[in-house]
Amino acid sequence: MNRLSPFNVVSLTLGFAFLYLPMVILVIYSFNESKLVTVWAGFSTKWYGELVRNEAFLDAALVTLQVALLTSTLATILGTCAAYVLIRMHRFPGRTLFSGMIYAPLVMPDVILGLSLLLLFIGLNVDRGVLTIVLAHTTFAMCYVSVVVSSRLVAFDRSLEEAALDLGATPFQTFRLVTLPIIAPAVISGWLLAFTLSLDDLVIASFTAGPSSTTLPMKIFSAVRLGVSPEINALSTIMIAIVTVGVITASLVSKRAAVRRLREEKAAERA
Amino acid sequence: MRRLILIAIPYVWLLALFLIPFFIVVKISLSDVALARPPYMPQLDWSAGWEGIRNFFAALDFENFGFLTTDDLYWKAYLSSLQIAGISTLLTLIVGFPIAYGMARAPEHWRPTLMMLVILPFWTSFLIRVYAWMGILSQNGLLNGVLMSLGVIGEPLTILNTDVAVYIGIVYTYLPFMILPIYAALEKLDSSLLEAAEDLGCSRLTAFWLITVPLSKQGVIAGCFLVFIPAVGEFVIPSLLGGSETLMIGKVLYEEFFSNRDWPVASAVAVVLLLILVIPIVLFQRNEQKQREAEG
Repeated sequence: MNRLSPFNVVSLTLGFAFLYLPMVILVIYSFNESKLVTVWAGFSTKWYGELVRNEAFLDAALVTLQVALLTSTLATILGTCAAYVLIRMHRFPGRTLFSGMIYAPLVMPDVILGLSLLLLFIGLNVDRGVLTIVLAHTTFAMCYVSVVVSSRLVAFDRSLEEAALDLGATPFQTFRLVTLPIIAPAVISGWLLAFTLSLDDLVIASFTAGPSSTTLPMKIFSAVRLGVSPEINALSTIMIAIVTVGVITASLVSKRAAVRRLREEKAAERA
Repeated sequence: MRRLILIAIPYVWLLALFLIPFFIVVKISLSDVALARPPYMPQLDWSAGWEGIRNFFAALDFENFGFLTTDDLYWKAYLSSLQIAGISTLLTLIVGFPIAYGMARAPEHWRPTLMMLVILPFWTSFLIRVYAWMGILSQNGLLNGVLMSLGVIGEPLTILNTDVAVYIGIVYTYLPFMILPIYAALEKLDSSLLEAAEDLGCSRLTAFWLITVPLSKQGVIAGCFLVFIPAVGEFVIPSLLGGSETLMIGKVLYEEFFSNRDWPVASAVAVVLLLILVIPIVLFQRNEQKQREAEG
């Protein structure tokens, strides 16, 4: 099985070229001197300069960052609670409805989620702004967090929790000292997932944002509707760079942690 | 008591911000458009007591749903969304399966890296990934430039702002959702089955068809649903890559709400879209459950 046929090599090469070439092209053209997309007029970083001077983009970036930080923190807390309830509590009234409400937002079209939340905010006469975007984002992001965390909770050795309880720990102490450290990697990746989901969302934010709270994707969308611009290419390059560095760092850190755990386990066995 | 609070916090949050808003959409879809703030009626008048509630319910009707069937913009948009999503799902499968297959056959120490290479684009902004294609596909874009300088075509092709661009956009952005479940299914496949089949005289192609395909079925089904369901309600891809003739219901809903400001009709469009999606969503859940049972 472990031999790649020429067909496999070709399909992998073409596949990854398809996935990565468009972004590579985007990055290359962000350094283009010319405003035209097809003409290469030499290397230049002037579009990055323009970008830094563009205050509308900077303001939008700040709003987006604020929303994403609040969303991911709230969604991680709520999503972890939800996962714990879903996996550990088998009988309570309305459990089916609860699990339905966790899974439905994962496949629900953004336009429906956005529309329904906007109608709620208008019905309650809430002023729309950063807060309403955070509420909306948290609602769908917590469902993603709970899916990630519950997959870790399922694969969890429950006798550890039982031992802690037997030895006199309160349920809360057990959660804090035993459960939480074990599910921590999933909680962290849930936080990261919620953060990127919030950072990325256009549709739900457009529905729930107020006039003074434009997010970066909304700003990019309205600029991009008029056509390709080198400034947006520069902005995209910065965002791609941040994500790439973030994902690679996270995976290296988790790999190191796994190696360390393995070594400690071996040492414990020898002792 | 603690247990109750733990259940109540996420439960109440989802009830208040997911379920109740949805009932508000249903309610408004039964209302009439009005020149007021908010722009629909009737409004529930609590001060009039029981009488007010009765009047409120008496004023609700299915008029907007009737309107959806008379104006052929809507049912055409539903049909064409389903068609575009269906064709794109098939194309994504054709592109994604060989990649997942190649990954599953790659040496074991490569696989984590290949996995990360598939997941990485998913973390990158969706909007940026769609935008990247605008520069490639436009009339004076990179693709036309390359093809013309190679002499393959004499005149630039019109790709951007057509349905073809929408297909490319959907395949590109949703590809990881197709690859990952198929890869997960193929990776578990026991290679000795294939060796046995070949030993017993099966050709490689027959062995692939009789063993690999059936055993990866569940992954293929999961991947197809993961692409199809969100693609039906897609808004960003048809508005950036599609043309004025590209009809997709997500875009119609968005414009009905923001440009026409007809909230009751927009709500009715949303309710029908959800009713259409309930079938694939339920099928998807059932497939997932079957897979869990097979594993557990």
